[in-house]
Amino acid sequence: MEKFDAIVVGAGPAGATAAYLLAQAGMQVVVIERGATPGSKNVSGALLFSQIYNELFPNFWESAPVERAIVGHSIAFLGQETSVTLDYRDLDPTHTPHNAYSVLRACFDPWMAQQAEDAGAMLLPGYTVERLLVENGRVTGIHAGGDDLLADVVVVAEGTRSQLLKQAGLRDDFYAGDVSIGVKEVIALPEEIITNRFQCLTADEGVAYTCVGHTGGVEGGGFLYTNKETLSVGVVVKIDALYKSQRQPHEILDEFKSHPFINRLVHGGKVVEYSAQAIHRGGVHLIPQLYGDGYVVVGSAARLLLNNVMTLRGMDVAVASAAAAAKAILAAREKGDYSRASLAAYEQFFKQTDVYQDMVTFKETYALLENKRLFNVYPDLISGVMDDMFSVKARPGKKAYRALRDNMHDELTLWQMLKDMAQIGRGLVR
Amino acid sequence: MSTRELSLDDRLGLDKYEIDEEHSHIQVDQSLCLRCQLRPCLTVCPAAVYVAVDGEIVARYENCLECGTCQIACDTGGQGGITWNPPQGGFGIVFRYG
Repeated sequence: MEKFDAIVVGAGPAGATAAYLLAQAGMQVVVIERGATPGSKNVSGALLFSQIYNELFPNFWESAPVERAIVGHSIAFLGQETSVTLDYRDLDPTHTPHNAYSVLRACFDPWMAQQAEDAGAMLLPGYTVERLLVENGRVTGIHAGGDDLLADVVVVAEGTRSQLLKQAGLRDDFYAGDVSIGVKEVIALPEEIITNRFQCLTADEGVAYTCVGHTGGVEGGGFLYTNKETLSVGVVVKIDALYKSQRQPHEILDEFKSHPFINRLVHGGKVVEYSAQAIHRGGVHLIPQLYGDGYVVVGSAARLLLNNVMTLRGMDVAVASAAAAAKAILAAREKGDYSRASLAAYEQFFKQTDVYQDMVTFKETYALLENKRLFNVYPDLISGVMDDMFSVKARPGKKAYRALRDNMHDELTLWQMLKDMAQIGRGLVR
Repeated sequence: MSTRELSLDDRLGLDKYEIDEEHSHIQVDQSLCLRCQLRPCLTVCPAAVYVAVDGEIVARYENCLECGTCQIACDTGGQGGITWNPPQGGFGIVFRYG
């Protein structure tokens, strides 16, 4: 029977990274991907934060199919018929790598997989792994396409659902409150219109909006990213809040898109694809068992995501975890020992990464994103205060505090707001 | 031209699928669904794969976007009547943008 040094399940960023690093170190690696091509099953927003990619693949943006360098990040609070936006722009965007690049996964993932193949990994697309082979608690390989394939170690990079781990009894059940659903449209617009509409200097520059409010009162947010000739527009909402709301995901997306702020940005565009993806909310307290006898779990399959309201990071976190896992596997190879105790080094290596430190830093954000007022009350409140401050009306003007108190109506007490400010402070400020 | 009038079916019509005509990758255990009050699958699926027909839950699996939401919602908010496995290799949704 065929036996490999390592089998990688899934050719997303986590799987491709692990395969790349292991193959580069001389291991015989096979990557099994259920899509006919890598990326054909994969959906992200998608912003790719450069730092970790650039460490692994120096100057990747020169050869990888990235869409636009993100030189502007904005956060927008959407009130009923108003918006308040905080814009950050790098006005001298000549230094590289840029903080982030927009990508389309169906185009980007094949490039990642190609790096692994060039390093010597074997890619088997179009095969669904049906189950993990487990003997006496040790993962020994996988079953796919009617065959058993064996390996010293299996890298489980199967994505959010982590069906194989569930089947094999190697993970706990998910709670719907810990998972969100992202629903997205890709909207085509001429390259030049995007460049002009978003005040970019060239077609290589782009911007990213994170939006709060106008998602049907369901906890979550919206996003809009510029690609070369398309926009990626979507909402991300908590799954339990969604089914309690009795509203369907596409209705929430419609509501978001119908807001004048978004509507103006997508105006004239043509929807060319509709997609969705469940996304773990991420959080240091949700990190599961990352390894066991004969296997490691990387990327979204290990619920490794980072959401700090400003950014939602999945792909670079996936890559960081896969790099830590690969390092542990290579150490295990030296010892000829792929036991749980030996692969435990993965967790240690992962905890040394900046990504893990960021997860610890923003651990209070999880609770913050449970606060409904953030989505239901504050966007209108902020808009109302701004309106009072800016507008000249047929009544006496107000200073900020008066404007704030007047706009709180009956929806919010001062005490409640102070508590919320403290929570936002804990999550994001200090 | 506005982009907001698209119906859900219009949107699904934009997507590319390789449909497995012989096998559904979604199994529904009606005996469990009968006990389900909330029926979160009818709400959360972005492709409205699940519909109630004469009290039974029918899965129009050919529309599935393979996002994974139904299983999580059913396990937590429902009765666990849905069993979702990935379609056989190469079948199912084919994202061209992703």
